[in-house]
Amino acid sequence: MADVRILEIKQSVFADNDRQADELRRELKEKGVFLLNLMSSPGSGKTTTLMRTIAAIGEKVKIGVMEADIDSDVDARTIAGSGAKVIQLHTGGMCHLDAAMTRQGLEGLETGDVELAILENVGNLVCPAEFDTGACKNAMILSVPEGDDKPLKYPLMFSICDVVLINKIDVLPYFDFDMDKCVENIHMRNPGAKVIPICAKTGEGIDKWVKWLLEQREIWLHKA
Amino acid sequence: MMHELGVVFHIMDSVEKVAAENQVQGINKVILELGEVSTVIDTYLQSCWKWAVKKRELFTEAELVVLKLPAVTYCENCGQTYPTVTYGKICPHCQSPDTWLLQGNEFNIKEIEVY
Repeated sequence: MADVRILEIKQSVFADNDRQADELRRELKEKGVFLLNLMSSPGSGKTTTLMRTIAAIGEKVKIGVMEADIDSDVDARTIAGSGAKVIQLHTGGMCHLDAAMTRQGLEGLETGDVELAILENVGNLVCPAEFDTGACKNAMILSVPEGDDKPLKYPLMFSICDVVLINKIDVLPYFDFDMDKCVENIHMRNPGAKVIPICAKTGEGIDKWVKWLLEQREIWLHKA
Repeated sequence: MMHELGVVFHIMDSVEKVAAENQVQGINKVILELGEVSTVIDTYLQSCWKWAVKKRELFTEAELVVLKLPAVTYCENCGQTYPTVTYGKICPHCQSPDTWLLQGNEFNIKEIEVY
């Protein structure tokens, strides 16, 4: 056999993806597009929350939605009904989206006239947290039936989120869900995380969430 | 499993870049450092690797070597360390929850053996 050499690499497996994500953020800033990465476990109400969000924002900001699913278009069809521009991304069995896949999705959305792009990530609290998508802000939804202990069980997800929406607060009386305890658990992992209780079904709290989102977009666009 | 497969492709992409920069003809070994509490499972990683190497020319002979790093937590309150997997978030010395992971979530490509 020819000479064997050892090449030292010493880099995180995620380093390449992180670089691509930073590059994507730079490009988005130039184009004036704000990208939100929305994550949660399956069934927490991502699509319903998104429908409410689109309705509340109305004509103020042009929205584009990327629906990431392993292999279906159920959510994309629902969102299309809202009038927002939507495309379906199939991860082909993969449990998360990375920066390269997000970039392809944005190209599919033709970001020219989109001002707010929302990525509905694969329903999963583990893997999406490890891959930076290039988003400007990360949001996650935790629904009341999932329990107030989730921040302790999925610490990485909660530590990377800028905002946590606690959804389905209309069913609080029927569950042993301690809101104060939950907020405390979130802040133990991430003192900077904003927590907003909402009910996507009735629309409660959606105004606060939309206000936060639009403010973050302004801040990001005008950041040096 | 789905997670590990995506990760394997990320590893191969990074290694291919290094290989191209160093005029590598083939790869014998890829050596990873994997923390005890990283989200990746060693045996799943190996199964995905065995499948993926057949798809990429440079890797057909490549063995995946995984070096495990133990997880250690540091207690802010008493200044001692302890094994994370046994005791979790609460310090066994002083029962404080004010602790953080010192090491154990690493997932690095350490080096590759090439010809």
